[in-house]
Amino acid sequence: MLLPGALYFIVFRYFPMYGVVIAFKDYSFNDGILGSYWADPWNKHFLTFIHSPYFGQLLTNTLLISVYKLLFGMLPPILMALLLNECRIRWFKSLVQTLTYMPHFLSWVIIYGIVLALLSQNSGLVNHWIEEAGGQSIPFLTSTTYFRSLLVSSEIWQNLGWGAIIYLAAMAGIDPTLYEAARVDGASRLRMIWHITLPGIRSVIVMLLILRLGHMLDAGFEQIYIMYNIQVYPVADILDTWVFRTGLQQLNFSLASAVGLFKAAIGLVLVLVSNRIAKRWGEGIW
Amino acid sequence: MGGRHMVRGTEERVFQIVVAAVLSLCGLAALFPLLYVLSVSLTPFSEVLRNGGFILIPRSITFDAYRKLLTESNVPQAFGVTAFITVVGTLLNLAVTSLMAYPLSRKQLPGRNLFLMLIVFTLLFSGGIIPTYLVVKSLGLLDSVWSMILPNMVWSFNVLIMKSFYETLPEELFESARMDGAKEFRILARIVLPLSVPVTLTIGLFYAVGHWNEFFQAIMYVTDRELFPLQVIVREILIQTQQPLENAENMTPTETLQMASVILASLPIIVVYPFLQKHFTKGMLLGSVKG
Repeated sequence: MLLPGALYFIVFRYFPMYGVVIAFKDYSFNDGILGSYWADPWNKHFLTFIHSPYFGQLLTNTLLISVYKLLFGMLPPILMALLLNECRIRWFKSLVQTLTYMPHFLSWVIIYGIVLALLSQNSGLVNHWIEEAGGQSIPFLTSTTYFRSLLVSSEIWQNLGWGAIIYLAAMAGIDPTLYEAARVDGASRLRMIWHITLPGIRSVIVMLLILRLGHMLDAGFEQIYIMYNIQVYPVADILDTWVFRTGLQQLNFSLASAVGLFKAAIGLVLVLVSNRIAKRWGEGIW
Repeated sequence: MGGRHMVRGTEERVFQIVVAAVLSLCGLAALFPLLYVLSVSLTPFSEVLRNGGFILIPRSITFDAYRKLLTESNVPQAFGVTAFITVVGTLLNLAVTSLMAYPLSRKQLPGRNLFLMLIVFTLLFSGGIIPTYLVVKSLGLLDSVWSMILPNMVWSFNVLIMKSFYETLPEELFESARMDGAKEFRILARIVLPLSVPVTLTIGLFYAVGHWNEFFQAIMYVTDRELFPLQVIVREILIQTQQPLENAENMTPTETLQMASVILASLPIIVVYPFLQKHFTKGMLLGSVKG
Protein backbone atom coordinates (compact mmCIF):
# COMPACT_ATOMS: atom_id res chain seq x y z
CA MET A 1 0.00 0.00 0.00
CA LEU A 2 2.93 2.26 0.74
CA LEU A 3 4.52 1.41 -2.58
CA PRO A 4 3.30 4.28 -4.83
CA GLY A 5 4.05 6.86 -2.16
CA ALA A 6 7.42 5.36 -1.29
CA LEU A 7 8.34 5.25 -4.96
CA TYR A 8 7.36 8.90 -5.31
CA PHE A 9 9.48 9.94 -2.35
CA ILE A 10 12.48 7.98 -3.56
CA VAL A 11 12.33 9.25 -7.12
CA PHE A 12 11.27 12.88 -6.73
CA ARG A 13 12.53 13.71 -3.24
CA TYR A 14 15.53 11.54 -2.50
CA PHE A 15 17.09 11.16 -5.97
CA PRO A 16 17.50 14.95 -6.17
CA MET A 17 19.26 14.87 -2.81
CA TYR A 18 21.72 12.45 -4.35
CA GLY A 19 21.83 14.51 -7.54
CA VAL A 20 23.05 17.46 -5.55
CA VAL A 21 26.57 15.93 -5.79
CA ILE A 22 26.84 17.81 -9.09
CA ALA A 23 27.48 20.85 -6.90
CA PHE A 24 30.90 19.26 -6.36
CA LYS A 25 31.42 18.23 -9.99
CA ASP A 26 31.81 19.90 -13.35
CA TYR A 27 28.50 18.68 -14.71
CA SER A 28 28.26 18.05 -18.39
CA PHE A 29 25.19 16.82 -20.22
CA ASN A 30 27.03 14.09 -22.06
CA ASP A 31 28.64 12.50 -19.02
CA GLY A 32 25.62 12.70 -16.68
CA ILE A 33 25.70 12.91 -12.91
CA LEU A 34 27.93 9.89 -12.33
CA GLY A 35 30.26 10.37 -15.26
CA SER A 36 31.03 14.05 -14.82
CA TYR A 37 34.43 14.86 -13.36
CA TRP A 38 34.84 16.07 -9.81
CA ALA A 39 35.44 19.78 -9.51
CA ASP A 40 38.94 20.79 -8.57
CA PRO A 41 39.13 21.92 -5.81
CA TRP A 42 36.02 20.15 -4.52
CA ASN A 43 34.42 23.42 -3.43
CA LYS A 44 35.24 25.30 -6.63
CA HIS A 45 31.64 26.34 -7.35
CA PHE A 46 31.06 27.49 -3.79
CA LEU A 47 34.20 29.62 -3.95
CA THR A 48 33.14 31.05 -7.31
CA PHE A 49 29.85 32.07 -5.81
CA ILE A 50 31.22 33.49 -2.57
CA HIS A 51 33.78 35.59 -4.43
CA SER A 52 31.33 36.76 -7.08
CA PRO A 53 29.75 40.19 -6.87
CA TYR A 54 26.34 38.50 -6.68
CA PHE A 55 26.98 36.91 -3.32
CA GLY A 56 26.52 40.03 -1.20
CA GLN A 57 23.69 41.36 -3.32
CA LEU A 58 21.68 38.15 -3.38
CA LEU A 59 22.08 37.53 0.32
CA THR A 60 21.18 41.12 1.16
CA ASN A 61 18.12 41.08 -1.08
CA THR A 62 16.93 37.72 0.22
CA LEU A 63 17.29 38.69 3.86
CA LEU A 64 15.97 42.25 3.48
CA ILE A 65 12.84 41.15 1.62
CA SER A 66 12.22 38.44 4.22
CA VAL A 67 12.77 40.79 7.13
CA TYR A 68 10.50 43.46 5.64
CA LYS A 69 7.78 40.90 5.01
CA LEU A 70 8.09 39.65 8.57
CA LEU A 71 8.24 43.12 10.11
CA PHE A 72 5.38 44.70 8.20
CA GLY A 73 3.40 41.55 7.56
CA MET A 74 3.12 40.35 11.14
CA LEU A 75 0.86 43.02 12.60
CA PRO A 76 -1.94 43.44 10.01
CA PRO A 77 -3.40 39.92 10.41
CA ILE A 78 -3.31 40.31 14.20
CA LEU A 79 -5.25 43.58 13.98
CA MET A 80 -7.61 41.98 11.52
CA ALA A 81 -8.24 39.10 13.94
CA LEU A 82 -8.85 41.52 16.82
CA LEU A 83 -11.41 43.44 14.77
CA LEU A 84 -13.18 40.30 13.58
CA ASN A 85 -13.20 38.97 17.12
CA GLU A 86 -14.86 42.15 18.42
CA CYS A 87 -17.45 42.33 15.66
CA ARG A 88 -20.86 41.31 17.02
CA ILE A 89 -22.84 41.45 13.77
CA ARG A 90 -22.48 37.88 12.59
CA TRP A 91 -23.48 38.15 8.93
CA PHE A 92 -21.22 41.17 8.52
CA LYS A 93 -18.31 39.37 10.13
CA SER A 94 -18.62 36.37 7.84
CA LEU A 95 -19.02 38.62 4.80
CA VAL A 96 -15.75 40.39 5.64
CA GLN A 97 -14.09 37.05 6.28
CA THR A 98 -15.18 35.70 2.92
CA LEU A 99 -13.92 38.81 1.13
CA THR A 100 -10.57 39.05 2.87
CA TYR A 101 -9.73 35.33 2.76
CA MET A 102 -10.19 35.21 -0.99
CA PRO A 103 -6.92 36.85 -2.14
CA HIS A 104 -5.06 33.98 -0.51
CA PHE A 105 -6.26 31.68 -3.28
CA LEU A 106 -5.32 33.92 -6.17
CA SER A 107 -2.08 33.03 -7.91
CA TRP A 108 0.80 35.49 -8.12
CA VAL A 109 0.13 35.85 -11.83
CA ILE A 110 -3.35 37.12 -11.04
CA ILE A 111 -2.02 39.43 -8.35
CA TYR A 112 0.58 40.72 -10.77
CA GLY A 113 -2.26 41.51 -13.18
CA ILE A 114 -4.05 43.45 -10.44
CA VAL A 115 -0.85 45.31 -9.60
CA LEU A 116 -0.45 46.24 -13.26
CA ALA A 117 -4.01 47.53 -13.45
CA LEU A 118 -3.48 49.74 -10.43
CA LEU A 119 0.15 50.78 -10.69
CA SER A 120 1.51 50.48 -14.22
CA GLN A 121 3.13 53.66 -15.44
CA ASN A 122 1.17 54.09 -18.67
CA SER A 123 -2.29 53.01 -17.76
CA GLY A 124 -2.46 52.29 -14.04
CA LEU A 125 -5.28 53.82 -12.08
CA VAL A 126 -3.04 55.40 -9.46
CA ASN A 127 -0.87 57.10 -12.06
CA HIS A 128 -3.99 58.26 -13.87
CA TRP A 129 -5.08 59.96 -10.66
CA ILE A 130 -1.61 61.42 -10.06
CA GLU A 131 -1.55 62.88 -13.56
CA GLU A 132 -5.06 64.28 -13.22
CA ALA A 133 -3.92 66.00 -10.04
CA GLY A 134 -1.09 67.53 -12.05
CA GLY A 135 1.70 65.25 -10.85
CA GLN A 136 4.32 63.14 -12.63
CA SER A 137 3.55 59.47 -13.13
CA ILE A 138 5.63 57.11 -10.98
CA PRO A 139 7.29 53.93 -12.35
CA PHE A 140 6.22 51.75 -9.41
CA LEU A 141 7.08 48.48 -11.13
CA THR A 142 10.41 49.33 -12.64
CA SER A 143 11.93 51.57 -10.03
CA THR A 144 14.36 50.21 -7.47
CA THR A 145 12.87 52.62 -4.94
CA TYR A 146 9.42 51.09 -4.88
CA PHE A 147 9.88 47.48 -5.82
CA ARG A 148 10.46 45.98 -2.38
CA SER A 149 7.53 47.91 -0.93
CA LEU A 150 5.46 46.50 -3.77
CA LEU A 151 6.49 42.95 -2.86
CA VAL A 152 5.71 43.50 0.81
CA SER A 153 2.39 45.23 0.29
CA SER A 154 1.10 42.76 -2.28
CA GLU A 155 1.91 39.96 0.13
CA ILE A 156 0.12 41.76 2.96
CA TRP A 157 -2.90 42.19 0.69
CA GLN A 158 -2.87 38.51 -0.15
CA ASN A 159 -2.51 37.38 3.43
CA LEU A 160 -4.44 39.92 5.50
CA GLY A 161 -7.53 37.83 6.14
CA TRP A 162 -6.07 34.37 5.82
CA GLY A 163 -3.32 35.11 8.32
CA ALA A 164 -5.98 36.14 10.83
CA ILE A 165 -7.58 32.67 10.96
CA ILE A 166 -5.04 31.17 13.29
CA TYR A 167 -5.25 34.12 15.72
CA LEU A 168 -9.05 33.96 15.63
CA ALA A 169 -8.88 30.30 16.58
CA ALA A 170 -6.56 31.14 19.46
CA MET A 171 -8.94 33.90 20.59
CA ALA A 172 -11.85 31.49 20.55
CA GLY A 173 -9.91 29.39 23.04
CA ILE A 174 -9.66 32.15 25.64
CA ASP A 175 -11.67 31.46 28.79
CA PRO A 176 -14.89 33.56 28.54
CA THR A 177 -15.12 33.96 32.33
CA LEU A 178 -12.09 36.26 32.12
CA TYR A 179 -14.12 38.70 30.02
CA GLU A 180 -17.12 38.42 32.33
CA ALA A 181 -15.00 39.20 35.36
CA ALA A 182 -13.47 42.18 33.60
CA ARG A 183 -16.91 43.42 32.56
CA VAL A 184 -18.12 43.26 36.16
CA ASP A 185 -15.07 45.31 37.14
CA GLY A 186 -16.13 47.90 34.56
CA ALA A 187 -13.25 47.40 32.12
CA SER A 188 -13.73 48.97 28.69
CA ARG A 189 -13.48 46.98 25.45
CA LEU A 190 -10.04 48.33 24.68
CA ARG A 191 -8.77 47.41 28.13
CA MET A 192 -10.12 43.90 27.71
CA ILE A 193 -8.33 43.58 24.35
CA TRP A 194 -5.11 44.79 25.89
CA HIS A 195 -5.25 42.77 29.11
CA ILE A 196 -7.07 39.60 28.08
CA THR A 197 -7.17 39.02 24.31
CA LEU A 198 -3.60 39.98 23.45
CA PRO A 199 -1.99 38.05 26.33
CA GLY A 200 -4.24 35.14 25.35
CA ILE A 201 -2.73 34.91 21.87
CA ARG A 202 0.80 35.93 22.81
CA SER A 203 2.15 32.39 22.63
CA VAL A 204 0.69 31.90 19.14
CA ILE A 205 2.25 35.15 17.96
CA VAL A 206 5.68 34.24 19.28
CA MET A 207 5.39 30.74 17.86
CA LEU A 208 4.54 31.96 14.37
CA LEU A 209 7.34 34.49 14.54
CA ILE A 210 9.89 31.85 15.47
CA LEU A 211 8.69 29.47 12.79
CA ARG A 212 8.90 32.18 10.15
CA LEU A 213 12.43 33.02 11.20
CA GLY A 214 13.26 29.45 10.18
CA HIS A 215 12.25 30.32 6.63
CA MET A 216 14.23 33.54 6.34
CA LEU A 217 15.93 32.43 3.13
CA ASP A 218 12.61 31.84 1.35
CA ALA A 219 11.78 35.35 0.30
CA GLY A 220 9.05 34.21 -2.10
CA PHE A 221 10.41 32.82 -5.37
CA GLU A 222 7.20 32.71 -7.34
CA GLN A 223 6.04 36.19 -6.40
CA ILE A 224 9.38 37.78 -7.23
CA TYR A 225 9.94 35.77 -10.40
CA ILE A 226 6.56 36.83 -11.72
CA MET A 227 6.77 40.48 -10.74
CA TYR A 228 10.39 41.45 -11.29
CA ASN A 229 12.09 42.76 -14.39
CA ILE A 230 15.65 43.52 -15.35
CA GLN A 231 15.49 47.10 -14.06
CA VAL A 232 14.85 45.99 -10.50
CA TYR A 233 17.31 43.06 -10.32
CA PRO A 234 19.63 45.07 -8.03
CA VAL A 235 16.97 45.13 -5.29
CA ALA A 236 14.83 42.11 -6.17
CA ASP A 237 17.11 39.29 -7.27
CA ILE A 238 17.16 36.65 -4.53
CA LEU A 239 19.02 33.35 -4.15
CA ASP A 240 16.16 31.32 -5.67
CA THR A 241 15.64 33.51 -8.72
CA TRP A 242 19.36 33.61 -9.38
CA VAL A 243 19.64 29.82 -9.10
CA PHE A 244 16.76 29.48 -11.53
CA ARG A 245 18.30 31.79 -14.13
CA THR A 246 21.83 30.47 -13.76
CA GLY A 247 20.75 26.84 -13.91
CA LEU A 248 17.89 26.68 -16.33
CA GLN A 249 18.54 29.67 -18.55
CA GLN A 250 22.34 29.80 -18.65
CA LEU A 251 22.63 26.03 -18.12
CA ASN A 252 25.36 26.37 -15.53
CA PHE A 253 24.04 23.39 -13.58
CA SER A 254 26.89 22.86 -11.17
CA LEU A 255 27.16 26.46 -10.03
CA ALA A 256 23.39 26.74 -9.63
CA SER A 257 23.24 23.50 -7.66
CA ALA A 258 26.04 24.68 -5.41
CA VAL A 259 24.15 27.87 -4.59
CA GLY A 260 20.94 25.87 -4.12
CA LEU A 261 22.74 23.54 -1.73
CA PHE A 262 24.26 26.49 0.13
CA LYS A 263 20.78 27.88 0.63
CA ALA A 264 19.21 24.53 1.58
CA ALA A 265 21.94 23.79 4.12
CA ILE A 266 21.58 27.13 5.90
CA GLY A 267 17.81 26.79 5.63
CA LEU A 268 17.96 23.37 7.31
CA VAL A 269 19.98 24.79 10.22
CA LEU A 270 17.61 27.76 10.57
CA VAL A 271 14.51 25.55 10.61
CA LEU A 272 16.00 23.12 13.11
CA VAL A 273 17.12 25.93 15.41
CA SER A 274 13.79 27.75 15.18
CA ASN A 275 11.86 24.52 15.84
CA ARG A 276 14.05 23.82 18.84
CA ILE A 277 13.33 27.29 20.20
CA ALA A 278 9.63 26.93 19.40
CA LYS A 279 9.52 23.59 21.17
CA ARG A 280 11.12 25.12 24.23
CA TRP A 281 8.60 27.94 24.03
CA GLY A 282 5.56 25.75 23.86
CA GLU A 283 4.46 22.88 21.77
CA GLY A 284 6.80 22.07 18.88
CA ILE A 285 5.59 21.18 15.43
CA TRP A 286 6.49 17.54 15.59
CA MET B 1 -26.49 52.31 38.20
CA GLY B 2 -28.85 53.19 35.39
CA GLY B 3 -26.60 56.05 34.23
CA ARG B 4 -23.58 53.86 34.12
CA HIS B 5 -25.42 51.33 31.97
CA MET B 6 -26.33 54.10 29.55
CA VAL B 7 -22.69 55.15 29.25
CA ARG B 8 -21.76 51.53 28.70
CA GLY B 9 -24.41 51.30 26.02
CA THR B 10 -23.24 54.31 24.00
CA GLU B 11 -19.60 53.39 24.41
CA GLU B 12 -20.40 49.92 23.11
CA ARG B 13 -22.30 51.32 20.17
CA VAL B 14 -19.49 53.68 19.17
CA PHE B 15 -17.01 50.85 19.51
CA GLN B 16 -19.09 48.58 17.28
CA ILE B 17 -19.42 51.32 14.66
CA VAL B 18 -15.66 51.89 14.57
CA VAL B 19 -15.02 48.14 14.30
CA ALA B 20 -17.56 47.79 11.50
CA ALA B 21 -16.13 50.79 9.66
CA VAL B 22 -12.56 49.52 9.72
CA LEU B 23 -13.69 46.04 8.73
CA SER B 24 -15.66 47.49 5.82
CA LEU B 25 -12.49 49.18 4.63
CA CYS B 26 -10.62 45.87 4.81
CA GLY B 27 -13.35 44.07 2.89
CA LEU B 28 -13.37 46.82 0.30
CA ALA B 29 -9.59 46.69 0.00
CA ALA B 30 -9.90 43.01 -0.87
CA LEU B 31 -12.72 43.50 -3.33
CA PHE B 32 -11.94 46.81 -5.02
CA PRO B 33 -8.84 45.79 -7.02
CA LEU B 34 -10.73 42.87 -8.56
CA LEU B 35 -13.71 45.04 -9.45
CA TYR B 36 -11.39 47.54 -11.08
CA VAL B 37 -9.70 44.77 -13.08
CA LEU B 38 -13.15 43.66 -14.20
CA SER B 39 -14.01 47.23 -15.20
CA VAL B 40 -10.83 47.59 -17.28
CA SER B 41 -11.53 44.29 -19.02
CA LEU B 42 -14.90 45.63 -20.18
CA THR B 43 -13.78 49.10 -21.25
CA PRO B 44 -14.07 49.80 -25.00
CA PHE B 45 -11.37 51.80 -26.71
CA SER B 46 -13.63 54.77 -27.35
CA GLU B 47 -13.93 55.21 -23.60
CA VAL B 48 -10.17 55.16 -23.12
CA LEU B 49 -9.84 57.89 -25.74
CA ARG B 50 -12.56 60.01 -24.24
CA ASN B 51 -11.20 59.83 -20.70
CA GLY B 52 -7.50 59.81 -21.54
CA GLY B 53 -7.08 56.52 -19.71
CA PHE B 54 -8.96 53.91 -17.74
CA ILE B 55 -11.43 55.04 -15.12
CA LEU B 56 -13.40 53.25 -12.44
CA ILE B 57 -16.77 53.03 -14.12
CA PRO B 58 -16.84 53.26 -17.91
CA ARG B 59 -20.06 54.60 -19.46
CA SER B 60 -20.31 51.78 -21.96
CA ILE B 61 -18.95 48.27 -21.88
CA THR B 62 -17.88 45.66 -24.40
CA PHE B 63 -17.09 41.95 -24.26
CA ASP B 64 -14.70 42.21 -27.21
CA ALA B 65 -11.65 41.35 -25.14
CA TYR B 66 -13.25 38.13 -23.90
CA ARG B 67 -14.41 37.22 -27.39
CA LYS B 68 -10.89 37.76 -28.70
CA LEU B 69 -9.25 35.73 -25.95
CA LEU B 70 -11.66 32.86 -26.35
CA THR B 71 -11.42 32.68 -30.14
CA GLU B 72 -8.03 34.04 -31.22
CA SER B 73 -5.58 33.09 -28.49
CA ASN B 74 -4.08 30.14 -26.62
CA VAL B 75 -6.37 30.74 -23.68
CA PRO B 76 -8.91 27.97 -24.45
CA GLN B 77 -6.09 25.50 -25.05
CA ALA B 78 -4.46 26.54 -21.76
CA PHE B 79 -7.80 26.19 -19.98
CA GLY B 80 -7.90 22.60 -21.15
CA VAL B 81 -4.38 21.88 -19.93
CA THR B 82 -5.08 23.46 -16.54
CA ALA B 83 -8.39 21.63 -16.18
CA PHE B 84 -6.67 18.33 -16.97
CA ILE B 85 -3.88 18.96 -14.46
CA THR B 86 -6.39 19.99 -11.83
CA VAL B 87 -8.75 17.04 -12.18
CA VAL B 88 -6.30 14.22 -12.86
CA GLY B 89 -3.67 15.72 -10.58
CA THR B 90 -5.99 16.09 -7.61
CA LEU B 91 -7.36 12.56 -7.97
CA LEU B 92 -3.83 11.15 -8.09
CA ASN B 93 -2.77 13.35 -5.16
CA LEU B 94 -5.60 12.09 -3.02
CA ALA B 95 -5.19 8.46 -3.99
CA VAL B 96 -1.48 8.32 -3.25
CA THR B 97 -1.71 10.52 -0.15
CA SER B 98 -4.37 8.37 1.51
CA LEU B 99 -2.64 5.14 0.42
CA MET B 100 0.41 6.42 2.31
CA ALA B 101 -1.39 7.90 5.27
CA TYR B 102 -3.41 4.82 6.13
CA PRO B 103 -0.58 2.35 6.78
CA LEU B 104 1.43 5.10 8.48
CA SER B 105 -1.45 5.72 10.85
CA ARG B 106 -1.38 2.11 12.12
CA LYS B 107 0.97 1.70 15.05
CA GLN B 108 1.76 -1.92 14.16
CA LEU B 109 3.43 -1.00 10.84
CA PRO B 110 7.06 -2.11 10.98
CA GLY B 111 9.53 0.72 10.41
CA ARG B 112 6.78 3.29 10.87
CA ASN B 113 8.99 5.83 12.62
CA LEU B 114 11.67 5.53 9.97
CA PHE B 115 9.11 6.20 7.21
CA LEU B 116 7.75 9.20 9.09
CA MET B 117 11.22 10.58 9.65
CA LEU B 118 12.02 10.24 5.96
CA ILE B 119 8.85 12.17 5.12
CA VAL B 120 9.47 14.91 7.67
CA PHE B 121 13.03 15.27 6.43
CA THR B 122 11.77 16.26 2.98
CA LEU B 123 10.01 19.18 4.64
CA LEU B 124 13.33 20.38 6.02
CA PHE B 125 15.69 19.75 3.16
CA SER B 126 15.51 19.26 -0.57
CA GLY B 127 17.99 18.64 -3.32
CA GLY B 128 16.98 21.90 -4.95
CA ILE B 129 15.53 22.80 -8.29
CA ILE B 130 18.44 21.83 -10.54
CA PRO B 131 18.82 18.22 -9.28
CA THR B 132 15.03 17.84 -9.40
CA TYR B 133 15.06 19.12 -12.95
CA LEU B 134 17.68 16.51 -13.86
CA VAL B 135 15.50 13.74 -12.41
CA VAL B 136 12.47 14.91 -14.38
CA LYS B 137 14.62 15.17 -17.49
CA SER B 138 16.13 11.71 -17.11
CA LEU B 139 12.65 10.22 -16.75
CA GLY B 140 11.80 11.75 -20.11
CA LEU B 141 9.04 13.83 -18.60
CA LEU B 142 10.16 17.20 -19.99
CA ASP B 143 7.50 18.73 -22.20
CA SER B 144 4.83 16.37 -20.98
CA VAL B 145 1.73 17.20 -19.04
CA TRP B 146 2.89 14.72 -16.38
CA SER B 147 5.83 16.93 -15.51
CA MET B 148 3.31 19.27 -13.91
CA ILE B 149 1.65 16.47 -11.95
CA LEU B 150 4.17 13.83 -10.88
CA PRO B 151 7.07 15.83 -9.36
CA ASN B 152 4.73 17.29 -6.75
CA MET B 153 2.33 14.38 -6.40
CA VAL B 154 2.47 14.13 -2.62
CA TRP B 155 2.83 17.09 -0.28
CA SER B 156 4.59 15.73 2.77
CA PHE B 157 2.57 17.96 5.02
CA ASN B 158 -0.73 16.58 3.75
CA VAL B 159 0.40 13.02 4.46
CA LEU B 160 1.07 14.03 8.05
CA ILE B 161 -2.30 15.76 8.40
CA MET B 162 -4.19 12.83 6.93
CA LYS B 163 -2.23 10.34 9.00
CA SER B 164 -3.09 12.27 12.19
CA PHE B 165 -6.74 12.18 11.25
CA TYR B 166 -6.73 8.44 10.53
CA GLU B 167 -5.12 7.90 13.93
CA THR B 168 -8.22 9.27 15.61
CA LEU B 169 -10.41 6.52 14.12
CA PRO B 170 -11.08 3.79 16.72
CA GLU B 171 -8.92 0.69 16.37
CA GLU B 172 -11.90 -1.64 17.07
CA LEU B 173 -13.36 -0.74 13.68
CA PHE B 174 -10.36 -2.16 11.89
CA GLU B 175 -10.10 -5.20 14.11
CA SER B 176 -13.65 -6.33 13.55
CA ALA B 177 -13.25 -5.80 9.82
CA ARG B 178 -10.07 -7.85 9.80
CA MET B 179 -11.87 -10.54 11.80
CA ASP B 180 -14.43 -10.65 9.01
CA GLY B 181 -11.55 -11.31 6.63
CA ALA B 182 -11.37 -7.88 5.00
CA LYS B 183 -8.08 -7.01 3.31
CA GLU B 184 -6.36 -3.71 4.10
CA PHE B 185 -7.27 -2.16 0.73
CA ARG B 186 -10.89 -2.99 1.41
CA ILE B 187 -10.70 -1.46 4.88
CA LEU B 188 -9.25 1.73 3.45
CA ALA B 189 -11.88 1.96 0.71
CA ARG B 190 -14.94 0.85 2.70
CA ILE B 191 -14.25 2.08 6.23
CA VAL B 192 -11.49 4.69 6.41
CA LEU B 193 -12.35 6.83 3.39
CA PRO B 194 -16.11 7.10 4.09
CA LEU B 195 -15.31 8.14 7.66
CA SER B 196 -12.88 10.83 6.56
CA VAL B 197 -14.79 12.61 3.79
CA PRO B 198 -14.37 16.10 5.30
CA VAL B 199 -10.60 15.87 5.75
CA THR B 200 -10.17 14.30 2.30
CA LEU B 201 -12.28 17.02 0.74
CA THR B 202 -10.31 19.76 2.49
CA ILE B 203 -6.94 18.35 1.46
CA GLY B 204 -8.26 17.79 -2.06
CA LEU B 205 -9.27 21.45 -2.26
CA PHE B 206 -5.79 22.61 -1.37
CA TYR B 207 -4.26 20.27 -3.93
CA ALA B 208 -6.76 21.50 -6.53
CA VAL B 209 -6.01 25.19 -5.93
CA GLY B 210 -2.33 24.36 -6.18
CA HIS B 211 -2.91 22.77 -9.58
CA TRP B 212 -5.14 25.55 -10.83
CA ASN B 213 -2.43 28.07 -9.95
CA GLU B 214 0.31 25.89 -11.45
CA PHE B 215 3.13 28.05 -12.72
CA PHE B 216 6.48 27.02 -11.30
CA GLN B 217 6.72 23.48 -12.66
CA ALA B 218 5.41 24.64 -16.01
CA ILE B 219 8.20 27.16 -16.49
CA MET B 220 10.73 24.59 -15.26
CA TYR B 221 9.78 21.62 -17.37
CA VAL B 222 7.60 22.75 -20.28
CA THR B 223 8.68 24.62 -23.39
CA ASP B 224 5.97 23.38 -25.73
CA ARG B 225 3.42 26.19 -26.01
CA GLU B 226 0.59 23.73 -26.57
CA LEU B 227 1.14 22.44 -23.04
CA PHE B 228 1.35 25.77 -21.23
CA PRO B 229 -1.16 25.99 -18.39
CA LEU B 230 -3.37 29.02 -17.93
CA GLN B 231 -1.17 30.93 -15.49
CA VAL B 232 1.80 30.83 -17.85
CA ILE B 233 -0.28 32.07 -20.77
CA VAL B 234 -1.78 34.85 -18.66
CA ARG B 235 1.67 35.96 -17.55
CA GLU B 236 2.74 36.02 -21.20
CA ILE B 237 -0.22 38.22 -22.02
CA LEU B 238 0.58 40.47 -19.06
CA ILE B 239 4.18 41.14 -20.06
CA GLN B 240 3.27 41.92 -23.66
CA THR B 241 4.18 45.47 -24.45
CA GLN B 242 1.49 47.78 -25.72
CA GLN B 243 0.71 47.57 -29.38
CA PRO B 244 0.91 50.78 -31.40
CA LEU B 245 -2.48 52.42 -31.64
CA GLU B 246 -3.59 52.33 -35.24
CA ASN B 247 -7.12 52.21 -36.62
CA ALA B 248 -8.10 52.95 -33.08
CA GLU B 249 -11.84 52.47 -33.03
CA ASN B 250 -11.76 48.79 -33.90
CA MET B 251 -8.92 47.85 -31.66
CA THR B 252 -9.11 46.23 -28.28
CA PRO B 253 -6.63 47.96 -25.97
CA THR B 254 -3.83 45.72 -24.71
CA GLU B 255 -4.79 46.47 -21.09
CA THR B 256 -8.34 45.35 -21.72
CA LEU B 257 -7.11 42.04 -23.11
CA GLN B 258 -4.69 41.67 -20.22
CA MET B 259 -7.32 42.23 -17.57
CA ALA B 260 -9.82 40.00 -19.33
CA SER B 261 -7.25 37.20 -19.15
CA VAL B 262 -6.79 37.87 -15.44
CA ILE B 263 -10.53 37.64 -14.87
CA LEU B 264 -10.82 34.43 -16.89
CA ALA B 265 -7.99 32.80 -14.94
CA SER B 266 -9.34 33.78 -11.54
CA LEU B 267 -13.02 33.27 -12.28
CA PRO B 268 -13.27 29.60 -11.29
CA ILE B 269 -11.64 30.32 -7.93
CA ILE B 270 -13.72 33.41 -7.26
CA VAL B 271 -16.94 31.61 -8.17
CA VAL B 272 -16.29 28.35 -6.37
CA TYR B 273 -14.42 29.62 -3.34
CA PRO B 274 -17.25 31.27 -1.34
CA PHE B 275 -19.14 27.98 -1.23
CA LEU B 276 -16.15 26.04 -0.02
CA GLN B 277 -14.69 28.64 2.32
CA LYS B 278 -15.68 26.62 5.39
CA HIS B 279 -13.57 23.66 4.25
CA PHE B 280 -10.58 25.82 3.47
CA THR B 281 -10.69 27.46 6.88
CA LYS B 282 -10.92 24.06 8.52
CA GLY B 283 -7.92 22.94 6.51
CA MET B 284 -5.88 25.90 7.69
CA LEU B 285 -6.61 24.94 11.30
CA LEU B 286 -5.93 21.24 10.63
CA GLY B 287 -2.55 22.29 9.37
CA SER B 288 -1.80 24.55 12.30
CA VAL B 289 -2.46 21.84 14.85
CA LYS B 290 0.57 20.17 13.35
CA GLY B 291 2.51 23.22 12.37
